[in-house]
Amino acid sequence: MNKPYVRPLSKTSWFLTQTRYKRYMAREVTCLFIFAYTFLLVWGLKRLSEGPDAFNAFVQALGSPLGVLFNLVVLIAAVYHSTSWFNVTPQAMPIQRGEEFVPGKIIVGAHYALWAVASLIVLVLGV
Amino acid sequence: MSERQIQLEVLRYNPETDSEPRYQTYSVPCMNEWVVLDALNYVKEHLDPTLSYRWSCHMAVCGSCGMMINGEPKLACKAFIHEYTDQIRVDPMANFPIERDLVTSVEDFIAKLASVKPYLIPKEDKPISAGEFKQTPAELKKFKQYTLCINCMLCYAACPQYGLVPEFLGPAAISMAHRYNQDSRDGGRDQRQEVIATDTGVWECSFVGACSEVCPKHVDPAGALQQVKVASTIDWYKEHLMPWMKK
Ligand code: SF4
Ligand code: FES
Repeated sequence: MNKPYVRPLSKTSWFLTQTRYKRYMAREVTCLFIFAYTFLLVWGLKRLSEGPDAFNAFVQALGSPLGVLFNLVVLIAAVYHSTSWFNVTPQAMPIQRGEEFVPGKIIVGAHYALWAVASLIVLVLGV
Repeated sequence: MSERQIQLEVLRYNPETDSEPRYQTYSVPCMNEWVVLDALNYVKEHLDPTLSYRWSCHMAVCGSCGMMINGEPKLACKAFIHEYTDQIRVDPMANFPIERDLVTSVEDFIAKLASVKPYLIPKEDKPISAGEFKQTPAELKKFKQYTLCINCMLCYAACPQYGLVPEFLGPAAISMAHRYNQDSRDGGRDQRQEVIATDTGVWECSFVGACSEVCPKHVDPAGALQQVKVASTIDWYKEHLMPWMKK
């Protein structure tokens, strides 16, 4: 007799059932913070176009406790988001040299190195 | 040889009499070096001959003993009792309909696997007298890892996308397509792309990565799928931005 029993997956809470699903969700959700920060940058541009007073008020708001807190939260989310992607790059972009594949650690390491260099350039330019 | 009494909680479902599955607990005297499959065999031989499950090789090559062990997709013949407490819960593979007890329906997977043409499609026919298709060790290495797949379907049991969207072609089928696409002797990529570079193909994948974590053969299906995405994206750019590149 053929009467297969289907166990449906909850559309709204499936990601709570396993730690690895939660980790995945954390990676996906943290991108919203990066989106929010991008929005903030665009907002800054708008304020800049409105003249020095508007822009100064914007910069001052950034320095307020709430502004600092927002930046800190976004930084943590952005670091989590970026590193979780860095760590899976060898799976998506394997590099074969001759017969052997370049070890994943080197590919991941290159991403961290590039990140450090980019951060350094931004810091030097910003100061 | 030490013995341990294990409480084996098994999901039972009899399509003839049950409207839904229920758990049944067996008390099994296990040797410490046993695997969960041995415990199931003990149940079948000594406690309850009606228990149904699939197995064959008992050495992680046939791929038929996949099940959820304490909620984790595992081969029952590779899940050692000594790695668990005295209470072990066994469910049929998640995301698959239950036929009976731990036996799930495999038709959907078999059809999907067949749809990606998992065999060599030579670039051009050549007579046997022309000799073999040669391959260098580097060319072999490029796809070797994907040939290790034993079609156990644990990756499907781990994949929430497959659970939510049953039409998804899934990790093992797309990895197998990738295996042949990566083979220097093969010329069938265009035919396979029609099946795999689609919304219910590789683009249904959101790179949860669970498939690679549970794969007992370290095939890394998640990696294969991301590589298919990269290659398909390059195809798209070539076609739309550089039409002159078209073959
Ligand atoms: S890719 Fe791994 S988990 Fe999936 S069917 Fe093949 S061997 Fe099993
Ligand atoms: S019995 Fe063959 S893989 Fe477990």
